[in-house]
Amino acid sequence: MTIVEEQSIEIPKKREKEANSKRDNVILRVENMKTYYPIIGGFFKRRIGEVKAVDGVSFKLHRRETIGLVGESGCGKTTIANTILNLVPITKGRVYYKGKVILKSTETKEVLKEILSSITFSTIMDSVSYFFIAKMKKLLEKLEIELFHLFQKLKIIISYFPEKIREKISNFLYRTAKRYFRSKSSFKNKIRRNIQMVFQDPDASLNPRMKIVDIIGEPLKLLKNITGRRKLRKRVLELLNVVSLKREHLDRYPHEFSGGQKQRIIIARALACDPEIIILDEPTSALDVSVQAQILNLLKNLQKRFDLSYIFITHDLSVVHHIADRIKVMYLGKFVEEGTVDDIFNNPSHPYTKALLSARPTFDPTLRRERIILEGDVPSPINPPAGCPFNPRCQEKDKHIGCGIDEPRKIKIEGDSEEHFIFCLPFIEEKKSYKGWQFISD
Amino acid sequence: MEDIESRNIANLEMETDKKKILEVKNLKTYFYTEEGVVKAVDGVSFNMYEDEVLGLVGETGCGKSVTALSILQLVRAPGEIEEGEVIFKNVDLLTLKKKKMRDYRGKDITMIFQDPLNSLNPVMTVGTQVKEVFELHQREEIYELLDQKMLEWKNKQNRIKELEKKLEDNETNQRLTKEEISDIKNEIEKLEEETRDRPTYRSILREKSRKILEEVGIPDPEEILERYPHELSGGMRQRVMISMALSCNPSILIADEPTTALDVTIQAQILDLMKDLKNEYKTSVLMITHDLGVIAEICDRVAVMYSGNIVEYATATNLFKNPRHPYTKGLISAIPTLDKKKKELDTIRGSVPNLIYPPEGCRFHPRCDYRLEVCDKVRPLLTQIGESYFVACHLFDPQYKDSPKYEWGKEELERTRKI
Repeated sequence: MTIVEEQSIEIPKKREKEANSKRDNVILRVENMKTYYPIIGGFFKRRIGEVKAVDGVSFKLHRRETIGLVGESGCGKTTIANTILNLVPITKGRVYYKGKVILKSTETKEVLKEILSSITFSTIMDSVSYFFIAKMKKLLEKLEIELFHLFQKLKIIISYFPEKIREKISNFLYRTAKRYFRSKSSFKNKIRRNIQMVFQDPDASLNPRMKIVDIIGEPLKLLKNITGRRKLRKRVLELLNVVSLKREHLDRYPHEFSGGQKQRIIIARALACDPEIIILDEPTSALDVSVQAQILNLLKNLQKRFDLSYIFITHDLSVVHHIADRIKVMYLGKFVEEGTVDDIFNNPSHPYTKALLSARPTFDPTLRRERIILEGDVPSPINPPAGCPFNPRCQEKDKHIGCGIDEPRKIKIEGDSEEHFIFCLPFIEEKKSYKGWQFISD
Repeated sequence: MEDIESRNIANLEMETDKKKILEVKNLKTYFYTEEGVVKAVDGVSFNMYEDEVLGLVGETGCGKSVTALSILQLVRAPGEIEEGEVIFKNVDLLTLKKKKMRDYRGKDITMIFQDPLNSLNPVMTVGTQVKEVFELHQREEIYELLDQKMLEWKNKQNRIKELEKKLEDNETNQRLTKEEISDIKNEIEKLEEETRDRPTYRSILREKSRKILEEVGIPDPEEILERYPHELSGGMRQRVMISMALSCNPSILIADEPTTALDVTIQAQILDLMKDLKNEYKTSVLMITHDLGVIAEICDRVAVMYSGNIVEYATATNLFKNPRHPYTKGLISAIPTLDKKKKELDTIRGSVPNLIYPPEGCRFHPRCDYRLEVCDKVRPLLTQIGESYFVACHLFDPQYKDSPKYEWGKEELERTRKI
């Protein structure tokens, strides 16, 4: 095992061409995503704390690829999905879709930093005027007063500029500032069409008062501007055929379907806008095994047919082994291990992954082996343990250096594929010897 | 027909030297709904043996939970137990009156439900709920224990008085040495410490609850007794449920999907705990689940249910090594495994039949790949085909050895296409 600092994993320059082609293939990139839920309470409804649901997660999703997110309930899998879809505001970090930023933090401090970092000396010379400040007044109210003071100072400098430049500059700054606040509205139109989601509970995600045509037709109307009853029905029927449902199902209500059929309808709805990414949040955990097999087969076929990329969220390791190409194992808002399917299942390296794999029941009663049974429960993400979040339950905590003190580091597992990393602390190689130490008496 | 059934049930004995503890014979539970009669359980028979785990496995709506509820007579309003016998300790539970049944329920036969949050009362502390079980079923035992403890307590108090008298005498007589005096003083101190609290009914209850919670691996049980269910995690709640179920040392524990609502690592903890407790208390367990993995992990015998019937009944090792019934085969091959990565999972054609109008003959025949001509006419019964191995399928019945294989029509195949 060698320890790689996170920054040093950049691809070397020699292979940049290859990397470029690979980068084109990256369809979604998440960089250091953090999503905290505020806890509001106490006197005056102050913010008294935060739940660190996702705490610094980065990954890339390639075209036609399935990423499996595995972890116990409450580890933040679903929050990652919700954050990518902007259903929950991101606290820190960025999400790129085809190289373009689609999500970034809207927290005042973060925005302030962004804007300030983009203002260099030349842009100051180029920008800002009375006009700009008037237009920005609304935005500025949102921001901290610091920024306001900054502009107050700038105002004096800039007032000396000729009017022509002032106007030019004002437009530029207005545009840049607007960009930061617009991400939400632009997201709605462009990105939702391309990133779709399938939720866990098929009953809860279908409106019981709508017919199937209306349920599947809704995204077509809203996002694809297909109007006209006939056109709509035709397209919906096509979609139903894709998921092996028939014409007679068009005008039925959700309660007339079984669980597996409901899940098919939800998949058809997700496919309605020709998405490129589908986020599947435990799509089979509410289903029976035989129906689960049908849905998994269907998902695999669809991926081939429509060039889809999946983010597959599950807690079932055998399902993820069947469907995923790469796996990320999560624990308490952080990745603990990532790699290809073979890496994870043939050579699980993080103690949590080991425990998770051994906890899974086998189907051969003659092979009842000794399992690693973790002690206790998952700690609360409001107050996660110091150092490595897994250290209070870890069965190997005596073998590493500083488990309860240091943040875990990204460690490459050698001998496996290039993508196999664990987030852990280095092994204690040798016990420290006290030979030759001199104690100075006080 | 009746004759065949009774013969069949009589033969349903496993080769084992263990004592039979529960016998379910031809149990039928129907639900009378507005749309028609739902035959949720339609002629289920099985035996449970002492100190063994029987797994009842099947898909949603196959009647496994209703079977369990019927054993305890907890079936609700539109449902009625039509026929059958549930024999426990030479008593047919189905003939018992409501009040009489209550003595068995929760004491000899207990149940753990799937969702621990819904089965614990949210407005009562854990302690109150655990104590309630003892109060309901072990009141006499507790009073006996109380008498015993009171006697001990009184004896100790008398002893203190005796010793104190000795010391008083000593002041006049001066017969005791210094060492003896200090010994006596120490003993008095110790006894006083022990008799500080007078034993009460409540203190015994509390002690008992604390012990049972400790047994199921709950850390700091004193504090947990004061907590409300919502303050505990899912695994902890399930542990509390198990402790309540085991508190009266039952002979049969029915576990209805005890780990479905839990995570894998917590599931492993709970299964491990159940195994340990089973060995310690010698309780037979009826494990109801849809997860074949859980069955393989913990069960000695398995009964596979499909659409209200048991289709296969065998020891777990045999069943997983060589499943015979086409449904079991389909079920096992539908699970993705880690050993071999298949491109496509095998599925069972069609979907689960409506229980109001179940298919004629074998209920699995519209989905069966090995279907014979007789399958939609004659209903197969559980018959023995090997050592401790029962299957309800015509494929293994010598009577229909020569029956021709059914030719699937094109339309039919299209309708029930594998997807």
